[in-house]
Order: sequence, then structure tokens, then C-alpha cells
Amino acid sequence: MRDKVLIGYGQGFWGDSILGPVRLVREGPLDYLALDYLAEVTMSIMQKLKGRNPKAGYATDFIAMLSRVLPEVHRKGIKVIANAGGVNPSACLDAVLDLAKKQGIKGLKVGIIEGDDILVRIPELLQSGHMLANMDDGRALSGVQDRILSANVYIGAFAVAECLRQGAQIVIGGRLTDPALVAGPMIHEFGWGPQDFDKLAAGTMAGHIAECGAQCTGGNFTGWRDVKDFVRIGYPIIEASPDGSFVVTKHEGTGGLINRETVISQLLYEMGDPNRYLGPDCTADFTSARIEEIGKDRVRLSAIKGGPATPTYKVSISYLNGFKTTGQLTVSGPDAVAKARLCAEIVWGRLALDGCTFEEHEKIVEIVGAGVCHEGIAKPTDPPEVVLRMGVKCNDEDKVDRFGMEIVPLVTSGPPGVTGFAGGRPKATDIVGYWPALLQKDQVKTRVRVEVT
Amino acid sequence: MAKVKLSSFAFARSGDKGDGSNVGIFVKTRADYELIKKVLTVDAVKRHFHGICKGTVTRYEAENMLALNFLLRDSLGGGGSESLKTDAQGKTHGLALLEMEVER
Repeated sequence: MRDKVLIGYGQGFWGDSILGPVRLVREGPLDYLALDYLAEVTMSIMQKLKGRNPKAGYATDFIAMLSRVLPEVHRKGIKVIANAGGVNPSACLDAVLDLAKKQGIKGLKVGIIEGDDILVRIPELLQSGHMLANMDDGRALSGVQDRILSANVYIGAFAVAECLRQGAQIVIGGRLTDPALVAGPMIHEFGWGPQDFDKLAAGTMAGHIAECGAQCTGGNFTGWRDVKDFVRIGYPIIEASPDGSFVVTKHEGTGGLINRETVISQLLYEMGDPNRYLGPDCTADFTSARIEEIGKDRVRLSAIKGGPATPTYKVSISYLNGFKTTGQLTVSGPDAVAKARLCAEIVWGRLALDGCTFEEHEKIVEIVGAGVCHEGIAKPTDPPEVVLRMGVKCNDEDKVDRFGMEIVPLVTSGPPGVTGFAGGRPKATDIVGYWPALLQKDQVKTRVRVEVT
Repeated sequence: MAKVKLSSFAFARSGDKGDGSNVGIFVKTRADYELIKKVLTVDAVKRHFHGICKGTVTRYEAENMLALNFLLRDSLGGGGSESLKTDAQGKTHGLALLEMEVER
């Protein structure tokens, strides 16, 4: 058994910089490269793409990234763990195999994890009494059943470890939890079992720290003035040990900052109850961790405690929930705020003249530059210009489009100083609703398949 | 004792939990931790976010991090892709909390 394993996290979300993973591979030692390509909305987009083309529905960004580093990854023996499979891991597998063949890489083992996608099983599950009720408000799923776009179970780290055990160098999953991408390699390397709750909790906590990429290495840090060289910001590396302790660090010579504060900042991110952070493999007690700076850009966590997981998996379901659009204009001073307010009144008034009205909760007016993000907290000022941002949402697509037509006329038929209309008339787009639910674990079986070039 | 902004000695990070905002704040010393535990009551935070938070506020403590974590329900205009807000994920709410003035 190795006494230390280096797990880098190169992609914090779908759309993160391609430089993260590329530089993790090139700029220093690395054993594993973990990559997160999914968000709640992503799965519905991918199901739509797969509906049109059975070979689509995975993160093509992953292939673009691999095309840059695959020879080096193969030569150095770096293992890659990614949830890039989206709703079509087997198509993603084919794309990676094709790429490897094109690049003349022989003997590359690529594995996939399937079983998270339960979209086609929804009717059967509902019929056999699994309600998949909305975790936030208790609503029954049957009420939106005809509008469901995607449904995926959050799969844990043991499926990743199994794929590694079968020899895969590249592991492709669908909806794996973000922390599982880090905890999976630890389970595989250190032989942890399903009852090793303290160690699994440590793996989960390590994954939570790393899962947003540069957000633990100085990105989005409120002490941002202390962060050097944002351009070359280093992505996180978890230096894991068999006893569950680990060090958060980054490659030498990279930019950014790792100290107690940047790590704690990320621990708090979307944390919920710190005593009981829930995951598919365990619960983790974030309040148990000892957190200490042990060197420059090195923070060690130890003594982490965990407990058994719940008997259910979390399920992420997306569904069509109406239409929305937003549009914006720039309004210059003097009196920018007052004129922007007047512009908004004019839009609602003209729409009403044409018989088009919206409920209060269906519309929004934001005067960006006058305290939108910190509403009720920022003090009123007299900015030289503001951006007027207006939007609506409802079930009637035509009404949403009608709204979009009344923004640009303000340039010539409202108060003076209205400009900056770019990007065309705002059009109605689908609202993809998010439906979190729970499903008994015995209803889900994951499958692993490994192929070689 | 003088009136100072929390931003002069505390750190924060925020993000979404459904239609709720998760706002974490922490400090570097035990004395400051006792201070924010006393000052940042559920009511005080709810009042500070009166223009943003339309639901209830829950507070958690994490002493090992000298941190408090707040869940501000009904703060994101529907949350995620359903929200029309610029900050639909509460990314800026940590900084908003740091704007609060306290006696220190």
C-alpha cells in the first residue's frame, strides 16, 4: 500500500477552465485527476441532446481536455476520475477509446459506471410505491410526471473504487457525487471498507474541499487581497494518507493561496448542518476535524469522525416548469436610478395596455449598480449609470415573448439616456425545475464495464 | 469598543441550498468567535437580510473552524434555474453579511 496518494481536482463544475486539469497534469506530480462536469441543469440538457442523437449526452468538454493531455496522462500513469458520462457514459467511453486510437495510445483501460440514470424506470418505481416526493415541499412526483426531463441517483465512492479495482485508468461515471471522485481513489488505494465511517467521512470532507476546484486555493476568497497571481491559480491537490488524514495543497510555483482560511471558507460552502453532512457512503461530522497549517500552501486535516449513511440515495430529477426571459438596458445619469425605475413602470404599463399582465412573483425588476446583490443592505447612492434588468416567468410562452418586445422601444419612447441594448429581443426559454427526492438504496444497482484500446 | 464592519476581521462564503442561501462566516481568534456568537443571533441575521430573506433562518455552530453557518430559506427567488435574480445562487450573500457593523 502506498503511504501517500496525490489526488488533484481539475474541474469544479461544467464550464470551469480547461487550464485547471491541463496544468495539474503538467506542472507537478499527480496520481489521480478528479473532474466534475455536472450540475443539476446539465443532466436535462444532456437528455435533450441524447434524444436527438443516441451518441450524444455526455460532457464533450472532457474529450476536448483529454485530447490535450491523454498521451502525458498515459505515460505518467495518472488515473482520471470524471462524471463526464452525463446521461450517456457508454457513448463517452466510445469517444475516449476513439481519441486514444487516434493518438496511437495502446493498452489504455477505460471504465464506465452505469446505473444512476433512472429516467425510464420512473413509471415502474412510482407504481411499486416509491413516491420520489419533492424533498423541499413534499409534493408527489406524479403531478409533474409528464414533464420530467432527467432523473439520476447520486452514486457514491465504492462504485469508483470498483472500477479502479477492475483496472481502469480512466473512470467515467454519470451522476457520481463530487466528493466520490476523491473518496473513490482513497478506498481503492487504502483498502477502506463500507464500515470505515471515520475514513469515509475524511474522504468525503477532502472531496468537499476540492470539489469546486480553485475555490479552496484562493478563488472567491473574501481575503482576496492576500491572494497572489490569480492568473496562474493552482488547482487543489489532496495528499491522502491511509489513516484518513490528508493535506490540502497545490503544485509548487502555481498562483493562489492555501491557508486555514481558504480551506475553512470552502468547508462552509453549501455545507448545511456541519454535524451531519450527508453522502451516499457515510455521514461526516465537519465539526470533528482538526485543521492546521503545516507549511506554505499546506493545510492538514485529521481526527475526522463519521457515521453510517442513510438507507436512501438522493435523486436529482429535472422537469419542465414553464418559461422565462430577462432583458436589460443601460440607463445613464443624471438621475439614472429614477429613470430606470420609470422605464420599468413604462414596460409594465404598456404590457397592461395590451392585456398582458403578470403576477408579482412572476416578474422582477433589478437596477444593477444600485444595490441589487445586497438588497436592503447597500446604502442608496447616485451612480453615473445603472443597468436596468427586467424579467418574467410563467406557463404561457406567448406572454413571455410579448414581454420581450417591450424592452427595446424604451430607447426612443422613454426617458433620455437609455442605451446599451445588445443581444436582440429577449425570447422565452424553458425553465428547468429541480426536484430533489430520495430512493431506497436496494432499488439501485450500479454496473461497471472496462474496455481497453 | 468601536463600530466596525464584520469584513474587517471575519471571512465568509455563501452558496445555494435549493431556494435557500447557505451563508458561512468565521473568524481567527477565540475572542472574536465569542463576539460573533453573541452578535449574530438568528434574529439579527434575519433583520440584516430583510431585503433578501423571505423565510426562516437557522444557525449552526462549528467551533473547530470558529465558524457559524446560516441557512436563509426563501432567499433566491425560486432558486437555481427557476429564479430571475442576478444572484440566483446567493454567491454574494457572504459579502452582504460581512457588511454588518458590530461593536468590537
